[in-house]
This record gives sequence, structure tokens and C-alpha cells, in this order.
Amino acid sequence: MTGRIHSVESFGTVDGPGIRYVVFMQGCPLRCMYCHNPDTWNFDGGREVDTDEILKEYNKNREFYTKGGITVTGGEPLLQVDFVTELFKKAKQQNIHTCIDTSGATYNPENLEYIKKLEKLLAYTDLVMLDIKHIDDKKHRELTGKSNKNILQFAKYLESMKKPVWIRNIIVEGITDDPEDLINLGKFIGDLKNLAALDVLPYHTMGVNKYKELNIPYRLEGVKALPISHAVKAKEYILKGIYQVKNTKK
Amino acid sequence: MNYNYEGWQGFENGTWKKEINVRSFIKHNYTPYDGDESFLVGPTKDTITLWNQVLELTKQEREAGGVLDMDTKVISTITSHGPGYLNKDIEKIVGFQTEKPFKRALMPYGGIRMAEKACKDNGYEIDPEVKEFFTIHRKTHNAGVFDAYTPEMRACRSSHIITGLPDAYGRGRIIGDYRRVALYGIDRLIEDKMEQKATTRSAMFYEVIRDREELSEQIRALEDLKKMAASYGFDISLPAKDTKEAIQWLYFGYLGAVKEQNGAAMSLGRTSTFIDIYAQRDLEKGIYTESEIQEMVDHFIMKLRLIKFARTPEYNALFSGDPQWVTESIGGIGTDGRHMVTKMSYRYLHTLENLGAAPEPNLTVLWSVNLPENFKRFCAKISIETSSVQYENDDLMRTTHGDDYAIACCVSSMRVGKEMQFFGARANLAKCLLYAINGGVDEISGKQVAPEYRPITSEYLDYDEVMKKYDEMMKWLANVYVNTLNIIHYMHDKYCYEKLQMALHDKDVTRWFATGIAGLSVVADSLSAIKYAKVKTIRNEQGIVVDYEVEGDFPKYGNDDDRVDSIAYEIVHKFMEHIRKNRTYRNGIPTTSILTITSNVVYGKNTGATPDGRKMGEAFAPGANPMHRRDTHGAVASLASVAKLPFKDAQDGISNTFSIIPAALGKDDEIFVGDIEVDLDCSNGACMSPTLFEGLDTDKE
Repeated sequence: MTGRIHSVESFGTVDGPGIRYVVFMQGCPLRCMYCHNPDTWNFDGGREVDTDEILKEYNKNREFYTKGGITVTGGEPLLQVDFVTELFKKAKQQNIHTCIDTSGATYNPENLEYIKKLEKLLAYTDLVMLDIKHIDDKKHRELTGKSNKNILQFAKYLESMKKPVWIRNIIVEGITDDPEDLINLGKFIGDLKNLAALDVLPYHTMGVNKYKELNIPYRLEGVKALPISHAVKAKEYILKGIYQVKNTKK
Repeated sequence: MNYNYEGWQGFENGTWKKEINVRSFIKHNYTPYDGDESFLVGPTKDTITLWNQVLELTKQEREAGGVLDMDTKVISTITSHGPGYLNKDIEKIVGFQTEKPFKRALMPYGGIRMAEKACKDNGYEIDPEVKEFFTIHRKTHNAGVFDAYTPEMRACRSSHIITGLPDAYGRGRIIGDYRRVALYGIDRLIEDKMEQKATTRSAMFYEVIRDREELSEQIRALEDLKKMAASYGFDISLPAKDTKEAIQWLYFGYLGAVKEQNGAAMSLGRTSTFIDIYAQRDLEKGIYTESEIQEMVDHFIMKLRLIKFARTPEYNALFSGDPQWVTESIGGIGTDGRHMVTKMSYRYLHTLENLGAAPEPNLTVLWSVNLPENFKRFCAKISIETSSVQYENDDLMRTTHGDDYAIACCVSSMRVGKEMQFFGARANLAKCLLYAINGGVDEISGKQVAPEYRPITSEYLDYDEVMKKYDEMMKWLANVYVNTLNIIHYMHDKYCYEKLQMALHDKDVTRWFATGIAGLSVVADSLSAIKYAKVKTIRNEQGIVVDYEVEGDFPKYGNDDDRVDSIAYEIVHKFMEHIRKNRTYRNGIPTTSILTITSNVVYGKNTGATPDGRKMGEAFAPGANPMHRRDTHGAVASLASVAKLPFKDAQDGISNTFSIIPAALGKDDEIFVGDIEVDLDCSNGACMSPTLFEGLDTDKE
């Protein structure tokens, strides 16, 4: 089976545990203001590859990945759920650790056919990295163009499936760094029983050039890369929210 | 005959007592260390005082434009300069190349013009008598070489198809077994050399005469070394008796070498595990504390950091900076299966914490998957903190060189005291490809440099035709290259012989005849472009191809793509086969290396446009690296392409220079990932604990 991918990174160290072979899928329903891969948005871009081809490339250098595995990111990997399912099914047959990095934006509890597909995919998935862009729905719409309703439901869905999840959150000054929002985010994820790690990322400007090349206006023009210390601070707020929830429960 | 010395008390017996055999001594006496770094101690007050003094002098040197002082009159020899100190009262290990620190010595035997220019470019004037002496009365290596060069060799040199040749400066890349000085003392070493001299063949043909003369030189050098040590108040005729003496004796051996030779790489060897045997004995006997031992090591490493040579700006451009390549090889696995990491391996690396990061000495970890986990973690930690550790593949090199080899320069491996190398710079294979296309005419000067082979006349390049011509041109290049090196090494032996370093070798030494390749990725991509895309030639009025137009895309080296990686493999193999067809000086065993390091800029500057779309003068990729920005599949794929190159054909080393921003190497876990699971309920199995050292562990499967 073939899927549309944007590119691969053979030395991925930030998208899941260990050194990973990272597949960037083509196509994304969101238009996040800070997205550093705008070249993956278009559904028709990229190139077609077969699942076997990806595994062949992976296996050529599998010594590098003994503590890692394959991560599928994008773009939005869940747009091509059949392809990723086949890839992960084959990967699990070879005992390869599998991870999806997703925004959860394609989740729709009413689409039963899609849920069925997700269930199948999750059976072959070891870890989900869920990128919650914003806890406040209104701000989420401004930031990404879509509501976060389904995304938060997806988080709950993953919890019900007992799938380990890393929550990712990107901190942009003036957009996602409001302490109250961060505490609320913490409260939300602190409640998730499947939460395994929290990954707070400072906004960076490394994707800006791509916008120029693609002739897409960059909406965060002039916003500076976030100093790490701010991200540390933001993380403290999220942790505060997490602890609040946990302590009430005890 | 069985020897016994006071300094050997408590050591296990072995063949090392009967013959000069440091490896045997190590094997019988070293203590592998599996623990962690918690035993290490910080710098002493004296260490801090001395190091601050060094920092101050370094600052003065920088402010003075790079050189603080130079000798312009006294020819440097083992005994030429009186003792020099930073602060005699508190230095635990002593010795400088001249009578004071930061003063660069005058070494004209490699070539008087280079020595003169090194002075001049730094604002010093060489003594006219010295200049006259080395111009008229005493021939130098450089003068000898140019007496023998053919016009073709000169043309190759000036067109830069062969570059960086050690024909005007010291070749370096020889590692004396400095440990012998500590283990045996000078008298025993002299006795051994006398014996060697007494047992040469008696029929006096060329080789025998040369051996006898060289052995005499070696003996004299050993005697000089004794005198030099005596000037510092030490008698090194007998074996070292404790850790301090062992380090000091060993350092005197090395110091003698760098007083005598300004070589392109003056490496130290593999000394840490050797020294550890003394430290272990002294700790057990209670003679020294850990702090005292670390202090000696810190002072020793400090001295190694202060090795300096007089060099020209051009030399520094070629080698990028002012490197001494004081390479020290650490760790590795023994052929008996035991790893060779000792506490001293930790102490050496720990100097980077006690004294701060530094490029010299070039601390090189001989890496194996079987190194102890604690040591791997410690190395990773030091690397993260200091970016000052070099790693090389012990599993690969051990099969050829056993377990007592060391690295000279950056990657050249050789058994210490048993093997040496004739350093041979490198041939520009990218330019060679252009010569194949242009029938031996240089694309920049328009001169006929190579033989007048038939050029390619078609507008579009045909792969088979180019390959056939390229093969012929490589054959020519290999021939002129090896013969040029034959002259160079003959003259170096004759006029600039490394007598002390060779005195610390066995009599019968294996000589590696090193050659080198520059521009490999340019060639691989060019041939790939010719094969998989269309390459159009653009000619000047004389009909010489001076530029290329690539139509379409082609596989690029550095993406783990066999279509082009196999071309790179083939080129290395073919060129090496051509090298092997030639007779080498002193029956040196041919090897090649693919490690231009940063001189790739200089090579690129002197090479016209190439069929891969690289423009005239554009830098090559360093070493075996893929061309800049052409590897688009990430580091593993890029490294995999490099790893496919045949090591058997490039035994002198394959280097891949690789930089990456720290954030792309993984998260700083303490800040971002994973410090919340302590508070989480782990009963559902959801807890994963990404750690800093993920990927380093090898025990998963």
C-alpha cells in the first residue's frame, strides 16, 4: 500500500524515545500560525511511497534504532490512517517500536467507520504524541483555524484505549503562554490516566524561510524565538495544573 | 637475559622483562575499571594557580597576534635549550620545548624557507647566519626534494592535483613509544639499540649501511634525552619508580620528540592505561592520594596543551588553525576480550573538567560496543560538557592493528613502537576527473599537466566513456603521486630523520605508505549526474570544458542510496588498486585516507566547476562527507553512505565531519521531557521514562 509522504528523517531524536526513523506525512487539516512545516500542508504534494519501502530503509540501519523506532508525523498522519496502520502492522511484526505524532484533529466520535480504523491502528501503536495546541477553544480556533473540541475528545478516547500518551505543547509569546490557560491545560491532562510525559517546546523561527519559498504569508512575522527559560516557566504552570488535579483526587 | 629494577617491584612477570615489550607489561599488570566517575577529584590549588598563569599567557599571545615569542637563532634539538618552567615550585610535571613557555622553537631541517617565513610572518627575523648555514652548508629536506622532483611532479604540485605534500615541512605522523622511557629507562633502551646495531648484516650494501647509520643516530638521541632530563634535575637512565616519575619520564620522551621535530602531527600514543598501572600500585601502597595523582595528570595534560610550533599562515590555512595533533588514544578492547578502560582513562578525560575544554591534546576514545556502560556514559557526559572528545571505531581497527595501536593525527592507526607512517597528503580526485574530460589539460591554467590523453569532445557526457578515461587518468595520477612521495620520504629520512621517535621503535618497523583522497563526494555526485541525469559541457574558446549544466535530478551521495554510494565505493577501490601497483619507498605498505578535514576549502578553491553542478572554486565537502546540503535524509542515512566506503581500501581512515545543534541531538530531559512520571500512577504500564542516554545502551536486544 502506498501513502503520500513529504520526507523522511533518518536521525530523529526529538520525536519519541531513542533515535527514530521519522516519516513526515503529506497533508494537514490545520493551519497553525507557528507551523514550521507549511510544505506538508498541501494534500497533493510530496511523493508516493510503499510501506515496504519505508521498512526497507529502516532496516538498512536498524542498529541505530535499537532504543528507538519509527515515528510517523507530518502533516497529519491520521489523514492516511490506512497507510499508517499497514506500516505499523508490519513494523510490529518486526518488533519495531511505533509512535504517532498527531494533532488529533481528524478525530470525530460520530464517524464510526473512522473510529474502527483508529482502533485497528492503535492496536499496532506503542505511543501517541498528542499535540494540544491550545486548551481554550476560541484561542485554538484563532491559532489553528479549527476547534479543539474533537482534539480533547481524542485525548479522552486515547485514555479509554489505555494508550500511553505524551502531551506536547508549543509556547509562543502572547499566544499560548497565558498562565491561566496553561494551568487549565495542566488540569485537563493531569486527569488523563495514560499520561506518560509532558513535552513543552519553545516556539522557534526555523520554519520561516519555507513560507517565503512557498509564497505563503507568515502570520507570526516579527515574533521572536522563545527563550528556553520561558518554556521552563510555562511548563511549571502546566505542572501546577497537573498537581492541582492530582491532589484533589487524593 | 632477565632484568630486574627497583622500579619494577610489585609488577607481574611477563616477556616484557626479557625484551622491550610494553604491551606485554600492560597485559600482565593493568586493572580494568568498571565503576563510574565518582572517585574523581577536582583541581588542586597549585593546578588552578598554574592554569590561571597559562590563561594569562594565552591572552597575551592572542593579543600579540598569535605568537608571543620565537627563537630566531638557536636550532632546536633535544638538548638545545635549558630548562623552562611556569612556576618551578609548584609544577609536578616539568619541561618546555624552549627555555620558557610560549616561546616557539626554530626547526629548519624540514626546510629553511618555511622556517624563515614562519618567523617573518609573525614579525620575527631569522638570524642571517642560520639562514646562510642552512642554505649553503647544510641541506634541508625541502632542498633535497626539489633536487629530485621531475617537471611533471612540479606541474602536479603547482596545479594542485596533488596538494599539501610534506615536502617543505616535517611529515609527522610518527608516534614514538614514549612509555618505553618510563618502563625501561634510557640505559636499557640504549643497550637494546646497541645490540641491534651489533647484529646487522656485515655485507655493507645500501640498506645495511642506512640501518647502521640510523641506529647510531637513535642511540645518540637517547643519550641526548638523558642529558635533557638531567638539565631538569632528573636521571632517567633507570626505570621510573612511581607514578610521578612514570609520567615525567614518558613526557620527557615526548618532549624530546617535539624539540626535534615540527611534524604535521606529533601524537602521544596510548599512555593512560600504562600510567594507571603505576597509579594503581602507588594507591595500594599509599604513596600517593587520588588528588595527588590527578594533579600530576592535570599538570601533564597542561604541558601537552602548551606544545607549540612555528608555522606560516598558509600552513595554518591548510590544516585549519594551528594544530599539533597531540593525539592520545584512550580505552578500546583487548584481544583477550577484557576492555582496556582504567581509572586513568577517566582521569585523562577529567582534565577537560579540571582545566576546561581544549582541542589539544586530542583525547580520542577508541570506541567499542563492548566498552563498559559507565565509561560510555562518562564519555557522553564529557562530550556534552566540553565538545572536546574524539571517538574512533576500535572494533574496526583492532582487527588490523591489535590492541596496542594508537592514533596519529586524527585517524591514522598504528601499533605503537612497531608501525609508523609515511604521511602523504592527498590527491585531488575531483580535478583528476576534470583532467580525464579535458585530456590532461588543467581547467584553470589551461596547461597540459597530465599526459595528452584524448579528451572528451561530445556535448553531453557519456558515463561509460567518462569512466574509462577517468580510470586511465587515475592510473596516471596514482603513479606520479606515489613516486613523488617516494622522493619526499627518502629525503626526509636523509635530511630530517626522526631519530628520537625511531629510537623508541623496534628495529624492524612496518611502514604504512599513506596516500589520501580529496573530493570524493564531488566525484561520486558528478559521475551520478552523468549516469542518471544529463550533463552538458560548456567550453571556452580553447575548447576546454570549464563548466557543466546538469539537466534533471540524480541520486546524491549521502542519502543511503546504493545507486550513487556504489560509485563512491568503486572510485576508492579503483584508485587504491592503482596506488598498489607502484613500488613504494622502503617497501611501505600502501594505504589511503579520505580525510581532508577542513583543507577541503583550499582544494575546492583550486578546482574548476565539476559535473555535479558545483561551481569553480567552491569548497569540497570535508573528508568523506556528502556535499553540503545534498544529504536530505538525515544523519543516519548520511552516515550510512559514508560507512559503505571500503575500509580495506582506506585503512588510513575515513572521516566524516558532522555538526549538529545540541537541541537536534535530543531533549534536555531535565527541562522538557519526563520529569513528571514520578508523580504519576504507573500501574497501567503507561510510564515510559525517556532518559538522557537513550540509544547509548546496547543491552536491549
